[in-house]
Amino acid sequence: MRLPRALKLVLVALLFAGCSGEPQQAAAPPVVRAPAGPPVQGDALVVGSIGEPSNLIPILSADSASSDISGLVYNGLVRYDKNLNLEGELAKSWEVSPDGLSITFHLRRGVKWHDGREFTSRDVLYTYRVTVDPKTPTAYSEDFKQVKTAQALDSYTFRVTYGKPFAPALASWGMPVLPAHLLEGKDITKSPLSRHPIGTGPFVFKEWIPGQKVTLERFPDYFEGAPHLARYVYRIIPDNSTMYMELKAGGIDMMGLSPVQYQRQTNNPEFLQRFNKYRYPASAYTYLGYNQRLPLFQDRRVRQAITCAINKDEIIQGVLLGMGKIAHGPYKPGTWAYKPKVDADPGHDPARAAALLKEAGYVMGSGGILEKDGKPLSFTIMTNQGNDQRLKCAQIIQRRLKTVGIDVKIRVMEWASFLTNFIDKGKFDAVLLGWTISQDPDLYDVWHSSKTGPKELNFVGFKNAEVDRLIVEGRGTFDVEKRRACYYRIQEILAQEQPYTFLYVPDALPAVSARFRGIEPAPAGIMHNLIKWYVPKAEQVN
Amino acid sequence: MAQYLLKRILMLFPLLIGITLITFTVIHLAPGEPVEMQTAMSPKVSAQSRARLREFYGLDKPLHVQYGMWLSNLARFDFGRSFAPDNRPVTDKIVERIPVTLSINVIALILEFGLALPIGILAAVRRDTIVDRGISVFVFVGFAVPTFWLALLCMYFFGVKLNWLPISGLHSLGYERLSPLAQYWDLAKHLVLPVSIATFGSLAGLSRYMRSTMLEVLSQDYITTARAKGLKERTVIFKHALKNALLPVITLLGFSLPALIGGSVIFETIFAIPGMGQLFYQGVMARDYPLVMGILVIGACLTLIGNLLADLCYAVADPRIRHGRG
Repeated sequence: MRLPRALKLVLVALLFAGCSGEPQQAAAPPVVRAPAGPPVQGDALVVGSIGEPSNLIPILSADSASSDISGLVYNGLVRYDKNLNLEGELAKSWEVSPDGLSITFHLRRGVKWHDGREFTSRDVLYTYRVTVDPKTPTAYSEDFKQVKTAQALDSYTFRVTYGKPFAPALASWGMPVLPAHLLEGKDITKSPLSRHPIGTGPFVFKEWIPGQKVTLERFPDYFEGAPHLARYVYRIIPDNSTMYMELKAGGIDMMGLSPVQYQRQTNNPEFLQRFNKYRYPASAYTYLGYNQRLPLFQDRRVRQAITCAINKDEIIQGVLLGMGKIAHGPYKPGTWAYKPKVDADPGHDPARAAALLKEAGYVMGSGGILEKDGKPLSFTIMTNQGNDQRLKCAQIIQRRLKTVGIDVKIRVMEWASFLTNFIDKGKFDAVLLGWTISQDPDLYDVWHSSKTGPKELNFVGFKNAEVDRLIVEGRGTFDVEKRRACYYRIQEILAQEQPYTFLYVPDALPAVSARFRGIEPAPAGIMHNLIKWYVPKAEQVN
Repeated sequence: MAQYLLKRILMLFPLLIGITLITFTVIHLAPGEPVEMQTAMSPKVSAQSRARLREFYGLDKPLHVQYGMWLSNLARFDFGRSFAPDNRPVTDKIVERIPVTLSINVIALILEFGLALPIGILAAVRRDTIVDRGISVFVFVGFAVPTFWLALLCMYFFGVKLNWLPISGLHSLGYERLSPLAQYWDLAKHLVLPVSIATFGSLAGLSRYMRSTMLEVLSQDYITTARAKGLKERTVIFKHALKNALLPVITLLGFSLPALIGGSVIFETIFAIPGMGQLFYQGVMARDYPLVMGILVIGACLTLIGNLLADLCYAVADPRIRHGRG
C-alpha cells in the first residue's frame, strides 16, 4: 500500500473497512487455472468501500476513502516499497547532508500531469508552501513546520533544510505533490480540484457520482508504465453485509473480509473457485490503556498483574477467530523496528498476577473481590460505540480479571462524547481502543511525556524519562541501526511498565476476484503493484 | 377564508425562527465540534492548526454571533458552506441528494396509499371475517419485521441466489453506455427491493387507520338509511361511506409532506442509496452544523407547509369547517 502521506497514527475508530490492506501470504492455496498468458490491457477493478471520499485534495482531508483515491491519482516524492522500505517515487534519488540537516531530492524528468503539463520542482515547492500556509485548513502542517528553508535549486532539484536532524522528515515527503500550475494564486479550499483531482499518478480521475461511485481511468503516459487495467471503480456501499453480497453476486471484485466471513462463510469450493483470499497483519493494534494519573494505576504491579491475568490468545481466538497476532508493543510484526522477542513481556500467568496484587497490598475480601484499605479493586473499561470487536474484547477481559479478584465494569460511549467528556478531561479508568501503526517508527506523539496535555495523544499520562530520551535520540538520526537500538529498548521498557496492555495486531483479510492476475502479496500488502494487475482477455467482464 | 389564510401564513415566520433557534442551540449543545471530529486523535494536528480550523469555520465567535450570521445568510437563501473537509455549499449537497430521496418516497407513498386504502376498506367491510384477520396479520407482520433484516434476506434471495435483481445502489456498472430505455429499466430494477420493502413496512399504520375511520362511518345512521332505501352495497360503501371516511386521511397526507425529503438511514445504508437520510446522519455524526441546520430548516418548512395545506384541504373538503369557523 502506498501511503499517500506520512499519516503516522490515526485512531482506528471503525473496523478495518478498507480494502487497501497489506498482505503477506495467501491463506488458501490459489485456485489453479489455465495459464493466463502475457498481461493484456482491459477490464475494470471494482472495489467496495464503506465510506465516501470527502475531498480529493489530499492535504484537506483525513479520511481513508479520500486517501485511497488520491493514492492512485497523485504521487509523492518518496514512498514505501513492497517491503516497507523508503524508495523514490517522483524523486529519482535523494541525499541527506552529513550533518543530517538538509535533504536534496533529484526529481524525475519527463513526468507528466494528467493535463499534459510537465512536473517540476515548482510543484513540490508550491505543495510545501500551501501546506504550511496559515490560511490553509490542513491537518498536515506539523511535519513541515520543522523545515527551515525549502528551495527549488533548478527545475529538477529540490532542497529542504531543517533546524535539527529529523528522521521522520524523509517519510513526510511521501505526501502527494499538487499541481502548481492549477492551484498557485488561488484559494485552495474553493478549488474544483477537490472534486476533480489532477495528479501524476497511474490513474486519471474520470467521474464522481456522489454517494455512489468514483471512477478512474488508466493514465497512458504514467512514468512507471501505464496500468493494464482500463478502469478502477470505487463503489460506495456503506453496509458490510450488503458489500459481501455484492461481492458474491459479482457487483464488486474486491473487499476486506471480516474474520467471520473469512473463516466461516467463504471456505466453500464455489467461493474459492471465484476468489482469492489474502491474509497479512494490518498496520494497527488494539490495546487496553490505563489512566496513570489515578492512584490505582500508578502502581506498576497492578498494571503488570492485569496483563498477566489477560489471556491474549483467548482474545484473538474469541474476537478474531484466530485472525491476528499477539501484540507486545506498538510495532507491526516483521517491520524493522519490531523486536521479535521482548524479554520483559509478562505473558499470561494468573499465578503471577495474584502474587503481584498481593505484593501491592491487596487482600481477598468478601464476594471474591480484592480489597486494599477497605476499598475494592474495581475499575471501568470504556470503549467507543459501533465496534463490536472491542466490546467483545472488554467482555473477555472482564471475565478473566474476575477470576483473579478484580471487578471490571464496561461502558460503551458514542465517539464524540467519549472524546470530549472523558478522554480530553482525563475522566476514565481504562480504555479499550486501537491505533494504526505508522510506517515510520517515531513514537513522539503517543509516548513522549510532553504530549500528555488535553487533546494530546499520550492521554493515559505515561511519563518515563528514559523513553523520552530514546524517542528524541531515535528521531534525531537517519542511521537505521542506531534508531533500531532505541526502539528495541523502548519496547523492553513498555513491556516492563505496561502503560497499556498491548492486545493484538489484527489481520487484514482481502478477497479479490480470481480473474485478476499479477497480484504479488508482500509485507506492504497487495495494492503496491496495482499497475501490474491484469485480466486475461477471455475472462474480461467490464 | 382569505383572512384565515393570511393569518396562518404570517404565523409561520415566528414559528420557523423559533424552530431554528431551538435546533441551533441543541446541535451546539451536543458534545464535540466539527473541528474536533476531523482532527481528534490525529498526531499531525497541533493546537495551532486546530485553532486555525476553528477560525476558518467561524467557531471562535460567540454562539449568538454565529446564530446571527447564520440567520442573516438564511434570509438571503444562503445555507452556507459545509463544515466537512469538502467545504462545499450546503445547497449543492442537498440538491444532489433530493431527487433520489424524493422520487423513491413519492413512489413508495403512491404505493402505500394505493395499497393501504383498499385493504383498509376491505378489512372494514369484511369486519371480523377471515379476510379481515388475514389482512391484520399481513400488515402487522410488515410492521413488526425489522426492515433491515427483511432487506438482507430479500437481497440474498433475489440478488445472490436467484440473481434476478441487483443488490444495492441505483445503477449498474456501465449504465452510461445503455440506451435511455435500458437505463430506465436498470433503474427500475434497482428500485424494486427498496421501494417494496419500504411500502410493506408502512402498510400497517395507514390501513388500520383507514379501517377504523371506515368502521366509524359505517355505523352512522345515514348509512343505515342508505341501506334501508335499498341502495346497492357498492354505492353505499363507495359513494356514501368512503367520501366521509377519507376526510381524516387528508391530514395524514399533509403530514407525509416533510417525510418526502427525509430518508431512513438504515434503509439507505443497507441499499447503498445516496439519499437525505445518510446525508443527515453523516452531518450529525461529523457535527456539520450548516448542513444539519440546512436540512432541518427545509424539513421544518415542509412540515409547516404540509400542516397548512392539510388544514386548507380540510376546509375545502369539509363545509362545516369552511363555513363554521373559517
